[in-house]
Amino acid sequence: MEFLQNNLLSVILWLPLLGALPIFLLGKRFEYTAKCIALFTMLIDFGLSVLLLFSFDFQNPGFQFVEKRLWIDSLNSYYFLGVDGISILFIPLTTLTTLLCITISWDSIKEKVREFYLALLFTNIAIVGTLCALDLLLFYVFWEAMLIPMYLIIGIWGGPRRIYSTLKFFLYTFFGSVFMLIAIIYLFLKFGTFDYTKLLGVPLGGLTEKLLFLGFALAFAIKIPMWPVHTWLPDAHTEAPTAGSVILAGILIKLGAYGFLRFGLPMFPHAAQEFAPLLLLLSVIAIIYGGLACLAQDDLKRLIAYSSVSHMGFVTLGIFAFNPIAMKGAILQMINHGIVTGALFMCVGIVYDRTHSRAISYYGGLASVMPVYATFFMIFTLASIGLPGTNGFIGEFLILLGTFFTNKLLVVFAALGLIIGAGYMLWLYQRVFFERVNPNIEGLAPLRVNEFLSLLPMLVLVFLIGLYPKLFLDYMTTSIEHLLNNLRF
Amino acid sequence: MAEHPYELITHFNLWVFLIPFIPLLGSLFTLIFGKKYLQEKAHQIPVLAIFISFLISLKVLFEVLSGKIFDFDLYTWISASNLKVGLGFLVDPLSIVMTTMVLSLSFLIHVYSIGYMYGDPGYYRFFSYISLFTFSMLMLVLSNNVVQLYLGWEAVGLCSYLLIGFWYEKKSAANAAKKAFIVNRVGDFGFALGVFALFYFTGTLYYHDLFSKLPLLSEKYIDFLGLEVHVPFLIAFLLFCGAMGKSAQVPLHTWLPDAMEGPTPVSALIHAATMVTAGVFMVARLHGLFELSSYAMAMVAFVGAFTCFMAATIAPTRFDIKRIIAYSTMSQLGYMFMACGVGAFAAGIFHLFTHAYFKALLFLGAGSVIHAVHTNDIRQMGGLRKYMPYTFVTFMIGALALAGFPGLSGFFSKDEILAMAYFSQYPWGKLVWVTGLLVAFLTAFYTFRLVFRVFFGEYKGRKDFHPHESPRTMVIPLCLISIGAVFAGWLGVPHSLGGNPVFLNFLESVLGHPKTLPMEHQTEYLLMGLSVMAAFLGILLAWIVYLKRPSLQFWLSQNLPSVYRFLYAKWYFDEVYDLLFVRSTLWTAKWMVTKISDGILIEGIINGTAKLISLAGSGLRTVHSGIVNHYNTFILVGLILYFILYFCLR
Repeated sequence: MEFLQNNLLSVILWLPLLGALPIFLLGKRFEYTAKCIALFTMLIDFGLSVLLLFSFDFQNPGFQFVEKRLWIDSLNSYYFLGVDGISILFIPLTTLTTLLCITISWDSIKEKVREFYLALLFTNIAIVGTLCALDLLLFYVFWEAMLIPMYLIIGIWGGPRRIYSTLKFFLYTFFGSVFMLIAIIYLFLKFGTFDYTKLLGVPLGGLTEKLLFLGFALAFAIKIPMWPVHTWLPDAHTEAPTAGSVILAGILIKLGAYGFLRFGLPMFPHAAQEFAPLLLLLSVIAIIYGGLACLAQDDLKRLIAYSSVSHMGFVTLGIFAFNPIAMKGAILQMINHGIVTGALFMCVGIVYDRTHSRAISYYGGLASVMPVYATFFMIFTLASIGLPGTNGFIGEFLILLGTFFTNKLLVVFAALGLIIGAGYMLWLYQRVFFERVNPNIEGLAPLRVNEFLSLLPMLVLVFLIGLYPKLFLDYMTTSIEHLLNNLRF
Repeated sequence: MAEHPYELITHFNLWVFLIPFIPLLGSLFTLIFGKKYLQEKAHQIPVLAIFISFLISLKVLFEVLSGKIFDFDLYTWISASNLKVGLGFLVDPLSIVMTTMVLSLSFLIHVYSIGYMYGDPGYYRFFSYISLFTFSMLMLVLSNNVVQLYLGWEAVGLCSYLLIGFWYEKKSAANAAKKAFIVNRVGDFGFALGVFALFYFTGTLYYHDLFSKLPLLSEKYIDFLGLEVHVPFLIAFLLFCGAMGKSAQVPLHTWLPDAMEGPTPVSALIHAATMVTAGVFMVARLHGLFELSSYAMAMVAFVGAFTCFMAATIAPTRFDIKRIIAYSTMSQLGYMFMACGVGAFAAGIFHLFTHAYFKALLFLGAGSVIHAVHTNDIRQMGGLRKYMPYTFVTFMIGALALAGFPGLSGFFSKDEILAMAYFSQYPWGKLVWVTGLLVAFLTAFYTFRLVFRVFFGEYKGRKDFHPHESPRTMVIPLCLISIGAVFAGWLGVPHSLGGNPVFLNFLESVLGHPKTLPMEHQTEYLLMGLSVMAAFLGILLAWIVYLKRPSLQFWLSQNLPSVYRFLYAKWYFDEVYDLLFVRSTLWTAKWMVTKISDGILIEGIINGTAKLISLAGSGLRTVHSGIVNHYNTFILVGLILYFILYFCLR
């Protein structure tokens, strides 16, 4: 028990590896056992990450659950983990998403089953690692490691154009990361450490700080993705298998925004402020541009992918407004987007498994055929367009309200995104679920148990966050205050 | 509200809490268990829930009448930095009047729907949605802060969306539902900005704090794109955008006629009596803000007057029984805004109250007619008074009340508005009065056009079946609501007629007295005489045109075809919007964003870079020459570059 208390983060981080080992060793005949092991592992992992939430100290603005051991002596690099109010919520979100990815893929993945679940477990490790790492080298290793299983998930289990998409995804993100690596190396050469907490206080300034910020920013902007480096996302989301899209949209792209909050802002405060107007502008462009692009899609997944561009625009808007209300909203919106878009991708996957078509025009009248499914989809649609009572509202409301203190005109344009959002989502819903039943989809099987159980937790979270956001917002309060106080000088 | 002798209760009150939440439970229960277990019994729990809720609201009404005001939070909903918003309740004369009105009508319409929706495959869904609507509407009116108002505001919009699209297999219904939601979103875009601005300038979103802080705004100006804008006007304008959407005022009115695609009980409850009046309620609730800026008041008055007139000119050209009543609703909402625009908020709410009953009555009567003849087209009706006596009598009461027949509810509330407008201190009062009088005439005309074509003359519908009176579950609510349609106005009989306007006094304790010039009884009688005359002239004209000389019906279309076409095309709003907003947005989305920007520009640059790198790669291959001298040169160049960079970055 004491071991668990002292090493909770490490246990959460590496537990999937423990599960991966027997899956790896089992023969091809034990696919069902492999699935069960993966499920069981992630259930425990999720349980532990909830335990993490309950052990959090709300008053402490610094890092908690810290573990620090020497990793590479010659590079003065440490195995240094810790979470604060900004990152903690993403850990249960990640483990939950991976867990639900396992349940949603239960019947739909039929080839290379063991390998698929291994890839999912490794993705989980890399993402949790990225979220906890406080040593820049360790962070970079996890950051890049994340690409490998993702690359395989899209490339092996993806749709018809999977090779093009996965290469594009890999090269795009890798391109951004290289500049971050250069910036990290520069910092190490100059200050002799990868320790995040030590690098926070170092004196930078002028051109150096700007260039370093840009190095990090490019990697994060591509990951988010911000306009105009977003074009990898529709392709990757569309071709990925359901679980791939869910992880991509649900967590992976949040890491870009997390990167800004963890590194971009506190390490390079002057540069961040200098570039904030530009980044705010790009955010608003992303909101409107992404929304408009949604209106022109006939591919379900592509549409939801573009809606991510729009929603992530709200997140970056909230971050660069440098306002405590907006920043709270931004972090919450990252969680919300993970839940809602993840759920929407699961929903698309559910019908795709039955029809093997993602074309909106292929559907119609689905509400008469699969009523329970239609109800789920409706609720996620409403959350996506920010209806009060759902989680989407709280995030968008806080972001726009907070940003109003920074720049009123931008809020006016950003709020236009609310109208466009309602437009494309309801139009989508009408074309898929309303009107006459399309002969293509007559007699589709109702929701299976595993599908129902995968969607249900998301539904509960939609309303839990929508009606009692305090439960989640309280985690962020002190850390955000701390972060913003350091930005003001 | 300190100057009023009310006792403020700020702790949790179970009864108040139960009013909205019992309908919510009924709704959720029916939604979850309806399809499998309840089926044709799905109405029982929602009907019971609404009835209990109604009884509780009466209990609370008596407490408010005895001088209590409730204002408490259930819990803190959103808190971040200095923002704190709760889910809570404010029960004062304004909100309790709305609550009892909503619940009484909702109950009767629930009962009516038992007969009207009988046998529909979505029976359980209908009752679940309409109970959910009742919950949302109650959250809206009972809210004690602006954000919860917004919650109710959007939630009633959602229920409206679900119920307009109730028969979603029909493309027209699905389109209408989407249109209603999106047009309302346009209004809510303004509303949301208004809420942000309210918080930005006052630092609070609770009504009780707002009421005390609003006066501080009266002299505040901000710079907007180089213009000096009066802050109260700006906020009022933004919030009013939401009201225009919800209450179907020009230019955000186009969704309401289409909303008639929903089942008729929905049109009665949501699109006539309750939801569409939310805009008026909001303006009355925040009257202190609107009164700070005379421009804001003028805006409310003019938008109301214009809509009032425009809708009344379109209504006589319609042939769909429900759309005629829908345009009439729009027009009557215009009256309510006109009242607000001259500072007579209590009169506006009074009209809202009476209108709810007589308009719901008209819609339910229309539903009964549609139930009997299976069409909405008044050209295929006629002579129905012989077949459906109860429907005829109750519809007649509703029509007379709408036309402003002396003694019925609509008469008192409309005359209150006209009198307040005439005596108003605002310079646009007289204009409002003239518009109101003219529209009173038009209203009587198109209402009786409807009555004469539907209930008089010969039956012109399908010959293969005979129209019949509706079942008892539909007729009894009609009779009960007609009681309201007759007597609701008697709560506000003016002093000049020897009455005691208790309703108005009750509301004016929170909404304030309108600023008026001294009112003389003689002038009041004259005004009343004029409006009664307008109503009678309208009825007379309708009688001549539709019963006496039917050939006159085509006079307008034959002699002034362009005017007729303009009115028939609903002033071309739909066409212009379609071109200006819908098509152009879709065009931009498809061509500018997807094809050109994403497809050619950004992808071109990205793929171009990739090509460049692979070209550079094949170019660099030649560098690996294996000659040491070449390598030395590279090292030298590299070092020089390094030093340059080093000195730049230091």
